[in-house]
Amino acid sequence: MNGFSLIGLIRAAILNGTPLLYGTSGEILTQKSGNMNLGVEGLMFMGGAFGLCGAFVYGNAAGDNAVGWIAVLIAFLCAFLAGVAGAFIYSVLTVTLRANQNVTGLALTIFGTGVGQFVGELMRLRVGGNVSISNTLKTAFSGSIFPEAMQKIPVLGDLLFNYNIFVYAGIVIVVLMSWFMHHTRKGLYLRAVGESPATADAAGISVTRYRYAATCLGGGISALGGMVHTMTIAGCVWNHNALAGEGWVAVALVIFCLWKPLNALWGSMLFGGLLILYLRLPIPFIPTQIYKIVPYIATTIVLILVSMRQRKEDQPPAGLGLNYFREDR
Amino acid sequence: METTHVVEFRGISKYFGDNAANDNVDLYLDKGVIMSLLGENGSGKTTLMNMLAGIYFPDKGEILINGKPVTIRSPKDAFEHHIGMIHQHFMLVDVFTAAENIVLGLDEAGRLDRRQIADKVRAISEKYGFEIDPNKKVYDMSVSEKQTVEIIKVLYRGADILILDEPTAVLTPQETEKLFRIMRTMKEDGKSIIIITHKLNEVMSISDVVAVLRKGKHIATVRTGETNEAQLTEMMVGRKVELDIDRLDPRDPKPRLTIAGLTCRDNEGVEKLSDVGFIAYGGEILGIAGIAGSGQKELLEAIAGLRRIEKGSIIYTPEGKAPTELVGKSPMEIKDAGVALAFVPEDRLGMGLVGGMGMTGNMMLRSWSKSHKWFIDKKEPRRLAQEVYKFLEVATPDIDYPVRKLSGGNVQKVLVGREIASEPSVLMSAYAVRGLDINTSYIIYNLMAGQKAKGVAVIFVGEDLDVLLQLCDKILVLCGGRVSGIVDARTATKEEIGLLMTSIGGSSTESRAGSESNPDGKEGLKNE
Repeated sequence: MNGFSLIGLIRAAILNGTPLLYGTSGEILTQKSGNMNLGVEGLMFMGGAFGLCGAFVYGNAAGDNAVGWIAVLIAFLCAFLAGVAGAFIYSVLTVTLRANQNVTGLALTIFGTGVGQFVGELMRLRVGGNVSISNTLKTAFSGSIFPEAMQKIPVLGDLLFNYNIFVYAGIVIVVLMSWFMHHTRKGLYLRAVGESPATADAAGISVTRYRYAATCLGGGISALGGMVHTMTIAGCVWNHNALAGEGWVAVALVIFCLWKPLNALWGSMLFGGLLILYLRLPIPFIPTQIYKIVPYIATTIVLILVSMRQRKEDQPPAGLGLNYFREDR
Repeated sequence: METTHVVEFRGISKYFGDNAANDNVDLYLDKGVIMSLLGENGSGKTTLMNMLAGIYFPDKGEILINGKPVTIRSPKDAFEHHIGMIHQHFMLVDVFTAAENIVLGLDEAGRLDRRQIADKVRAISEKYGFEIDPNKKVYDMSVSEKQTVEIIKVLYRGADILILDEPTAVLTPQETEKLFRIMRTMKEDGKSIIIITHKLNEVMSISDVVAVLRKGKHIATVRTGETNEAQLTEMMVGRKVELDIDRLDPRDPKPRLTIAGLTCRDNEGVEKLSDVGFIAYGGEILGIAGIAGSGQKELLEAIAGLRRIEKGSIIYTPEGKAPTELVGKSPMEIKDAGVALAFVPEDRLGMGLVGGMGMTGNMMLRSWSKSHKWFIDKKEPRRLAQEVYKFLEVATPDIDYPVRKLSGGNVQKVLVGREIASEPSVLMSAYAVRGLDINTSYIIYNLMAGQKAKGVAVIFVGEDLDVLLQLCDKILVLCGGRVSGIVDARTATKEEIGLLMTSIGGSSTESRAGSESNPDGKEGLKNE
């Protein structure tokens, strides 16, 4: 097996899985509130474009004085806010105006992709070539946050300490989210809203507030995935096709993870690995297209297995996809 | 004002579109009193109570709690005024435990301390005599356990005014008795209770006062001791009604359906029916009783050919023809042979009718395959729709008006009417009167009795044991997918059937005692 290394594959899986980790965990939060936001693809495009745009504008303005961590923070905030804005539109349409969730989600995908492309192409035209940021800033995005000595530890250094900041931040977000859902009252109430909004409402929980909050926050987190993809894997360059399909894989991954944030940790790594397997472990005669559908096949198999086992805890939130109106009859 | 009432409605009105669900209702409730709220379907009982519980907001009028006008905009406001409602459809999250459901929505700060909550739940349970495991998941619970969780939920919030919306509709007689004992304990504890129910005998046994609503208006409030069932019915309906079912003796009953060893599994491979056997005679009504989900639905579906049968046989003997085996036949063939199924699911429309179509369209669902023309023939279905419309007095603006928009009772009339119109020789109906008021229910009962008089074998799955005992000739009791017993409806008692429902053969039968322990671990079977 020339050129194949297991450590290399794992590293690549984790790096490629991280954007999915954000996309998926954000969508899990959204879906736990009962909102089926199919606009993740659009949110990730917006996150990618606005994240890059933020860092790019800051890099140009600050010139040689640009500080790495500030650029990261700005990209982070821009992407997050773009996602919140997109998810807010979705919430207004579905929660307040009670539009069909699937249709709204698909519309958000189209809208978000369009906005992302527009911002990205606009930047390209202004610059007249590839949008890119300085190498110092690039290092801030893709370099490890650990001291060099730790990165140099054989095997472990590469496996554990040699990732960009977003990998670790993503893990922290997911662990916090899982803890929130299962060990706090607010988390319990959020799950109640997603399972049975009428019950939550009768118990005095504001369905509207929880759905808005979870959807906007979730949308923000999903959008971060697009930014992470653009700023790490795509090398801080806008490529109008680079993000295509990421959001849909993230939605599939939500099902694969059975709506449990902690499952997203290994799930996103697995899917990240499957996405790049065709580069790392090519088998002759098997076209790359076959490789690319593997994540979806895996999701289908999980769906079949889960529906065969019929464990109540593994089912989607019972109120998923249904808008709630108290005086409906 | 000399006395302050715990709850007082003053001039409350609520409209849904142009429809007045409640029209200028004045009503009050005193401390430590159990009040029954009585009325036909659509008389606005639940709507009125929902306004007290903060689900709906009144369009006109005011609500006073302990003499003070209050504004209840949400369930949360209701809790603050110590009002708690136990809804007809349980408001519980299936995948949560009892304790998690109970603390839902409370403003207690901080982490979720499951042990502390469980302790508090146990304390309440002991005080009022509930039996509940705080850590049991709701999806593992029986109906009566779920109801217990609902009641503890409102007590945990410190409710002093409890509203129970048709709490007994799904309980066995024994469970109902137990619920009533708990309600009396709560009353002694100074709580005020409003109970909505359709069953007059329960009204008489549990309540102190009865308030009657009709078409959204408050008709009267009377002391239970000073009234009787006939008077209450008259107030409810607005005229004298006969609440009798004509039960003729079966004439010349011949076996119509002979079922033996019927065994079915559901999609997950769980056995839903095991070794069910009975004979349904023409000219007889066979009632089927059992706790919800004991295999009633599966049994009817198996006969109608909608469910795969693993073992057993169903021999069908039409009038004057040779017996045939129904197992293995398609639903269409079975239907054409004269076996009709009118199943009213919980949501009323789900199976049997298409909500968006009018009566004509729904009649057509039965007959489309008979016509061999290129285009559909609407003449015959329209005639049929007219017939059902006239004969059953369906309240619809037009026979092409979408059935989804009709009230529940009228939807059921269309469904049952269509099945009867096909002149079956076996008529199966499940929950035909589900959620219907007394008056409409009796129309349906008498329809069934009419079919019986024509020599049809009627299989009637029902929930109300009183009705089964009045209407049927024989009652088959299912328990966990098995035949627990077949009794003669003319001599059996409610208690007897209740026991058969909870344990095979009924644990009161000395010879069978202990042979089958009761499968759900249900309590409340002690006879007192």
